[in-house]
Amino acid sequence: MIYAAGVDVGSTQTKAVVMDGSRAIVARSLIQTGAMVVKAAERSFVEALASVGLAREKVKYVVGTGYGRYKVNFGDAQITEISCHARGAHFMFPGTRTVIDIGGQDTKAIRVGASGEVVDFAMNDKCAAGTGRFLTASAEVLDLPLEKIGALSLEGKDPVRLSTVCTVFVESDIMSYLSQGRMPPDILAGVHRAIAARTMSLLQRIGMEAEYSMTGGVARNIGMVNALEEKLKAPLNVSSESHFMGAIGAALFAIERAEAASHEHAQAHLGGWTDGSGEGQ
Amino acid sequence: MAEYQGVVHTKSREIMSAWYDRLAAAAKNGTPSACIMISGNCVEILRSFDIEPVFPEVNALQLAIRKQSLPLILKAEEMGYSSDNCAYVKADAGYTFGEGGPSDGKIPVPNFLVCNFVGCNVYIKWFEHSAAFLGVPLVMIDVPFLHPDGKPTEGDVRYVVAQLRKLIETCEKVTGKKFDIDRLREICALSARAGAGWARAKELCQNTPAPFDAYFDSINMMGPINVLRGTKDAADFFDAAVKEYEEMVAAKKGPLAQEKFRIVVEGPPPYPYYRQFRDLFAAWGAVAVQSTYSTVGGIWEWGFRHDPKRPLESIAELMLVNNLCNRSLLQRYEQIKRYVEEWKADALVIHSVKSCRLFSAGQGDMRDYFANQLGVPTLLVESDLEDPRYYAQAMMKNRIDAFFESLEHRKLLRRA
Repeated sequence: MIYAAGVDVGSTQTKAVVMDGSRAIVARSLIQTGAMVVKAAERSFVEALASVGLAREKVKYVVGTGYGRYKVNFGDAQITEISCHARGAHFMFPGTRTVIDIGGQDTKAIRVGASGEVVDFAMNDKCAAGTGRFLTASAEVLDLPLEKIGALSLEGKDPVRLSTVCTVFVESDIMSYLSQGRMPPDILAGVHRAIAARTMSLLQRIGMEAEYSMTGGVARNIGMVNALEEKLKAPLNVSSESHFMGAIGAALFAIERAEAASHEHAQAHLGGWTDGSGEGQ
Repeated sequence: MAEYQGVVHTKSREIMSAWYDRLAAAAKNGTPSACIMISGNCVEILRSFDIEPVFPEVNALQLAIRKQSLPLILKAEEMGYSSDNCAYVKADAGYTFGEGGPSDGKIPVPNFLVCNFVGCNVYIKWFEHSAAFLGVPLVMIDVPFLHPDGKPTEGDVRYVVAQLRKLIETCEKVTGKKFDIDRLREICALSARAGAGWARAKELCQNTPAPFDAYFDSINMMGPINVLRGTKDAADFFDAAVKEYEEMVAAKKGPLAQEKFRIVVEGPPPYPYYRQFRDLFAAWGAVAVQSTYSTVGGIWEWGFRHDPKRPLESIAELMLVNNLCNRSLLQRYEQIKRYVEEWKADALVIHSVKSCRLFSAGQGDMRDYFANQLGVPTLLVESDLEDPRYYAQAMMKNRIDAFFESLEHRKLLRRA
C-alpha cells in the first residue's frame, strides 16, 4: 500500500494527515504551532505516524501547506492552503462550489470548480477583523472558554449590534455592552453575526454558488455555522474533519504525486523493453 | 530571479544618473529648477527654458526603493500628516521639511513649483505646502479631470493652453529668457520620437515571449519617458531600446528563462519591496505584458504624439486625456480590457495602494468586472507604493502562489 501525507502548519495549530492509496485517512494529529515552527511540523508528522505505528519511510510523498509550509523541511512540495482547502472540501463534499474557511488569522472565501480546482478566492487583508482571532478575543473579554461561546450564542434572543469588526476594538465594544447590563448570550450572538456579515462580503466578491462547505477550526463552532447559514439562506456542509481540511487536501495532492512518481518509475522500467527510441510506445 | 541586465537597464541608469548629477550641480550653481508632477506633465515647457525639472514623486520612489522612506514618513506623521495620507506625499514632506532635506545638496531648492495634476486634492495640498514652506511661487494648472468620453473639447484645450502661457510667463521671469516657440517645437519633436519608441517597445510585448516585463522593467523606461522626455538622450534611448527588444523578439528571448503566464498589472509596485514582489511572480514564470502604471505619465501606444506643429495644444492634450491619471475608472477598464485582449494575457493582477484612495477606490468593482463578467482570472493584492509597513511578504506570497496554482491547475484541466 502506498502512503502520503499532508502537513498544514497554521498560525495557531499544526495538523498532519496520513492517507493511503485508497484515499482513506489512516492517521492524523493536531498540535499547537508555537514559536518553533520547524519542530511543530516535524512533531505533528511524527505523532501522526506513531499513532498507527507506521514507519516514516513508508510515506512516499509529503506536501506542506499553511503559512509555515516552507518550514516543513521534510516536505517534497509546498502548496498554499487555499488550493488545499478547496481540494479537501471537494473531496469530502463533491458538490462543493464555495468554501468558507475561517482560521486563526485568515478568513477565506474560495470558489471551486467541478474537479476541486480553485476558480477564484478572496481573503481578509492584513487585518484580523472577522477571523477566528476575533472570536478568541471576544471569549477572553467575557472570560469564557472558546469552545463554549458558539453554543452560548444560540441562546441570545436579542443580539447586540457591534460597532466594529476590529479584533482590537471589539474588546472595548463588548465591555461597553457589559456595562449596559447586556448578557453574554446576546453579546455573543452579535459577535457571531458580525463575523458572518464580514464573511458574506468576501463571498460576494467571488460570486456565490451552492453547495457551501465550511472548513477550518471555526467550523466546530455551532454558533458560527448557524450565523452563516442564516446569512446564506442555505445549508453549510460541515465535516467532523473540518479542522483537518487543509492537511487532507495536502495529503490528496501528495498521494496523487506519489502515484504519478511510481507510475513514471514503472514506465521507466518498461522503457527498457520498447524499441529503445526512448519515446516509449 | 529576473537577472536580465541589457542595454536598456544600463543606458537608463546612465541617463537618469546624469539627470541627478545635473540636479546636484543646479543645487550648487543655482541653475533654475522647478518641481513638477509625473502625471500628464508639461516638462517640455520647462525644458525650452533650460529649467531643470525636479520630480518629487521620483525622489519619493527612489527613497522607497532604497528603503529610506519609513523614517521620513514617520517624520511627516509626527508633523501631523495622517497615517492615511498618501505615502509619496509624506515621504517628500519628511524630506523637504525635515533636516537634510533639499539642503543636502543632492536636489536643488526649486525656483517655483508646477502643480500640473489637480485630479488629486492631496497632491494639490502637497505642492501648496511645499511652496509655502520653501517660500517659492506655485503655478497651479487646472486640468479638467475625467472626461467622460476620453476626448477633450476645443474649449478644454484652449483653457489649458491659456494656463500654459501663464506658466511660460513665470519661466520667462525666473530665467530672464524670452520664450522661443521654435525651441519648443524641436523639443516636442524629440518627445514625439521618444513616445514613438516607447509605444513600439510596448507593442513588441504582444509577442510570445514578451521581450521585457511591461510592469517591472517598465520603470527603466518610465524615467526616460516621463522625466527626460524632450531630450535627445531620451529619444536615442528609445531607439536603442526598440533595437534591443526587436532582437530579443527575433531570438525568442524574454526577461525570464521561460514565460509561463502572461499577466496585465494594474497599480504601482510596492517600491520598498520591489525586488521581493517581482520575484514572487518570476517564481511562477509570470511576465507582465502590459501595465497601467507605465501610463501614469502618458499613453503613447494608441497613437498620441507631441506635435511640433501645435506644441502647446499637444502638450495640453497629453495633460487632459492621454495619461492614465486623468482618465475615468470606466476608461481604465477599457484600457485594461484592450491590454488583456490585444496583448493576449492569461490574467489580471491588481496591486492596490493602501495610502492612495483616489486610485484604489473602485478596484474591488474592477476585480468583479474582470473576474466575473469577462471571465479573466483576477488577483487583487494590497500593500503600498511607498510605506513598507503595509507590506507582509508571507501574506503576499500566499495570495500570489494560490493564484498561480489555480491558473496552472486550470491550464492542466484544459489540456486534459
